[in-house]
Amino acid sequence: MTASSKTTNILVCGTGGQGVMTATEILAEAALSLGFDAKKTEVAGMSQRGGVVTSHLRFGERVLSPQIVPGEADLLVGFEAAEALRWAHMLRPGAAALMNVGRIVPPVVNLGLFDYPDDPVAQMRALGLEVHAFDASALAAELGNIRLGNTVMLGAMADRLPFPAEVLRDAVLARFASRKPELVEMNRQAFELGRRAVAAEALAA
Amino acid sequence: MGAPLPAPAASRLFLSGNEAVARAVWEAGCKVAAAYPGTPSTEILEELARYPDLYAEWSVNEKVALEVALGASMVGARAFCAMKHVGLNVAADALMTLTVTGTEGGLVIAVADDVGMSSSQNEQDSRFWGRFAHLPVLEPADAQEAYGMTKAAFELSERHHCAVILRLTTRICHVKGRVEVGERVAAEPAGFVKDARRWVMVPGNAKPRLPLMFEREAALAAEAETSPLNVLSDGPDTALGFIASGPAFMHVREAFPDAPVLKLGLSCPLPLQQIRALADRVRHLVVVEETEPLLETELKAAGIACHGKDILPRIGELAPDVLRPAVARLLGNAPPVPAHAPEQPVFPRPPTMCVACPHLGVYYTLSQMRNVIISGDIGCYTLGAGHPWNALDTCISMGASMGMALGMDKGRGEADAGKKVVAVIGDSTFLHMGMQGLLDIAWNRGNVTVLLLDNRAVGMTGGQDNPGSGRDIHGEEAPRVDFARLCEALGVKKERIRVVDPYQLPVLFKALREETKIEEPSVIITDRPCVLIDHYQPAPSYRVEEERCTGCGNCVEVGCPAIHVTRRETAVKPSGKEVELAFVRIETTACTGCGLCLQPCAPEAIVHAAPEAPLQFQRKQ
Ligand SMILES: Cc1ncc(C[n+]2csc(CCOP(=O)(O)OP(=O)(O)O)c2C)c(N)n1
Ligand code: SF4
Ligand code: SF4
Repeated sequence: MTASSKTTNILVCGTGGQGVMTATEILAEAALSLGFDAKKTEVAGMSQRGGVVTSHLRFGERVLSPQIVPGEADLLVGFEAAEALRWAHMLRPGAAALMNVGRIVPPVVNLGLFDYPDDPVAQMRALGLEVHAFDASALAAELGNIRLGNTVMLGAMADRLPFPAEVLRDAVLARFASRKPELVEMNRQAFELGRRAVAAEALAA
Repeated sequence: MGAPLPAPAASRLFLSGNEAVARAVWEAGCKVAAAYPGTPSTEILEELARYPDLYAEWSVNEKVALEVALGASMVGARAFCAMKHVGLNVAADALMTLTVTGTEGGLVIAVADDVGMSSSQNEQDSRFWGRFAHLPVLEPADAQEAYGMTKAAFELSERHHCAVILRLTTRICHVKGRVEVGERVAAEPAGFVKDARRWVMVPGNAKPRLPLMFEREAALAAEAETSPLNVLSDGPDTALGFIASGPAFMHVREAFPDAPVLKLGLSCPLPLQQIRALADRVRHLVVVEETEPLLETELKAAGIACHGKDILPRIGELAPDVLRPAVARLLGNAPPVPAHAPEQPVFPRPPTMCVACPHLGVYYTLSQMRNVIISGDIGCYTLGAGHPWNALDTCISMGASMGMALGMDKGRGEADAGKKVVAVIGDSTFLHMGMQGLLDIAWNRGNVTVLLLDNRAVGMTGGQDNPGSGRDIHGEEAPRVDFARLCEALGVKKERIRVVDPYQLPVLFKALREETKIEEPSVIITDRPCVLIDHYQPAPSYRVEEERCTGCGNCVEVGCPAIHVTRRETAVKPSGKEVELAFVRIETTACTGCGLCLQPCAPEAIVHAAPEAPLQFQRKQ
C-alpha cells in the first residue's frame, strides 16, 4: 500500500468481545488526524454474544461506499485464526493478512457439530496470500496483561499503512492518555511487540 | 450520570449515523425524544440521553414512544421518536390517524430498517409507511446526510404540519463518517390550542380532514421537485442513468462514477418531473433502492420505463459487488470475473448466550423436559432455539408467545393432547406487548405455563433499563414493576405464581414440573440479572479436575461458552452400547461462577479454581 490518492481498504475481523471495533476506531482516528476522509462500518449481529464481527475501514481523499467488497481489501487483520480464514476472500489477490493464531472455539465446535480448521495459516498461504501470523495473546501475556492483545494487533498493522507507524502509535497512546494514563507505558511496549512480531515473522518466512 | 458538554458548532466529528441523528435532534431544539430499543436504532436515544436541555425516555414500546412524541408536538414542542423497522408496525395504529390530525411542533419519526438482516426477524421496507400514511419519507445516504436530513425533517414537518419519516438502514445507523455539526437553536413550544375538530378524531371530525391530507401530499410532491434534498450528480456516460436513495446512492457512485445519478433524499412523494428529465437523457434508467421496488413501481405507473428489480435482488444490500455484474449483464457485457481467492468454508459462529447468563439454567431445564411445546418470544432467550438446548419452538414478534401459547392450547387436537404448553418471555418483551397476552390467557383460562425471565434488563440490545429494572434512561431510580403482583392483577391465581432462582436447577425443574401438571394459567418468574448490568455480581470461578471428569458431557449441555471440550472418545459400556465421551475444561478467566454446570456433574469434577474459595456457589444476597 503506497499511494494516498487512492482509497485504502482495511478489514479487521474477529469475534464479539475481542475489541475489533475499538481497534478499528483507533485506526480511523489515526487516518482522520492526517486529514483523510474515512468511513467505518461494522457488521456485528449481536456482537456481544461471541458472534462474528467485521469492521471495514476505508480512508482516502473522498470515500463514498463504506463497504469493502470481496477482492478489494488491501489489508486483512484477523484477531482470531478461523475468522481470518473466513474473510480471506476479501483480500486483493496477493495482498497481506496479519493474523493472531489464537483460537476462540465456539460452542458449535465444542458440541461436535462442526470442526475447527486444522491449520488456518497454512490454508491461507495456500490461497497465495502473504500471511503474517503470530500469537498476540502470548505476546500480551509476556507483558503481564492479556488485555494488551488489541494493542499488539494495532502494532502489527503499523508498518503496513500508507502513513508512518508513529501516527497510529500516537493515536493508541492518546486514547489511553485520556482514559487510563497508568496504562500508556504498557501499551507503548505492546505496540512495539506487535510491530516486531510481524517484522520477525517476515524475516523467518 | 455526568453528561459531557456537546462538541462546539463547526466541529468535524467522526460520528455514526445514529450519533449524527441525535446531534441534529438536539440542535433542532427538540424538546421530547422517546424510543424503544431495537437494532440498529438503539444508539440514537442512548446518545440523546446524554444531551442537555431535552427530555429523553425509553418508552415501554414503540406505540407509546410515538404517542409521547405526538403529545409533545400537540403542545407545540419539537418532538422525536426512534424505532427499528418492526417497531413501526407496533406504532402503526397511532401513525395512521396522526396523519389525519397533522402535527404542530415538528415531529420526526426515525425508523431503522435492518437491510441485510444482521439482527432482526424480517427485512421489511419501512418506506411503505410513507405511501400508506401519506407522509413524507427522507432517506439519508450517510452520516453527514443523516445529520442534515434530520434537521430538514423538523422544518419540513412544521411547513406541512405533518410527521416526517426519517428512514435509516443498518448501513446508515452503524457507519461512521465525518460530520460537520452546528449550533443548537432552542424553540419555545407555542402551547396547546384546544380544537376538537382538529384533535378529536371521530368520524365527523376526521372526514373533513381527509382531503387536507391529499392536499398536503400534492404540496409535498411540488416541493420534492425543487427540494435541495433531491440532487442530480451528473456524469458524462449517458448509456446509463440511475435513480438511487439511501445508502444505495453511495454504492452506485462508487461502482459507476461516470454515470448521472439522481439521488432522492425526499423520496416520497417522488419528484416525477426531475426523474422524467433524467430518463429522457439516458439510454437505460436503473432504479437502485433497498429493498422493495417502491420507486420503480411508481415510476412505471407514471409511464417512465426503467429497470430495477428485474436485474437487481429484492433482498439485502445493493453493494458495488452486487451492482456491477447486474448492470454489466443489462448492457450486454460479460460480468467481471472475480480475481480474488474463493470463499473458504468455515464453521458458523452464531451468537451465544453469555457466560453465566441466567437463561442457561432455564433452557437446560427445558431441554430435559419431554412432551412440551415451547412458545417463544424475542430477546436473548430466543437463542434457546439453538444448540445445545433446542428448547424453543416458535418466535414471531414481540409478545406473541403469550397469544400463540393460548391458541395452541385451545386449538390442539388428539396429536397434542398429552403435551404441556409453555411460553417463554423476557421482562422487557413482557412489558412491551406480552402483558395483554397474559391477560388473555388468564381471562380465557388457558392451560399455559408462562416462564417470565426477569433479568432486569433489555439484554438483547445491550442491557438497557426498563420499567422492571427500577431505573430510567439516565440510570436514575424509578418505580419498579413488581412482576408477581402484576401477574396476579392480570388474573393469575396467587398460588400459581412463583419466583425462582434460575441458577438452582432442581428448584426450577420442580416448579416447571408442578406448574405444567396443573391445568390452569401459571407463571414462573426467574429473578437473576443479566450479566451485562451492574446488578450482576460475579462469583469465584470454577475449573475441571481432569482426573475426576468421566467425559459424560452433561455440563456441555448447559451451553455456557466458558466450557470447552478438550477431547472426545468413543467408549463401550458393559452392556455393549457405544457412548460418545467429551472431556472438558473450564476457561477459568471467563467463568464467573454461576454454579450451573456443576449441578449436573455427578462425579463432582467441577471445583473452585482458587482452592481457598468456599466450595459452594454463591446464593442470593
Ligand atoms: C417491535 C420490536 N421492537 C424491538 C425489537 C428489538 N428487540 C428484540 S428483543 C428485545 C427485548 C429483549 O429484552 P427482554 O425481553 O428483556 O429479553 P433479554 O434479551 O433481556 O433476554 C428488543 C428490544 C423487536 N424485535 N421488535
Ligand atoms: S446479554 Fe444478558 S440476557 Fe443476553 S445472553 Fe448475555 S447475560 Fe443473557
Ligand atoms: S460456573 Fe460453569 S456455567 Fe457458570 S459461568 Fe462458570 S463455567 Fe459457566
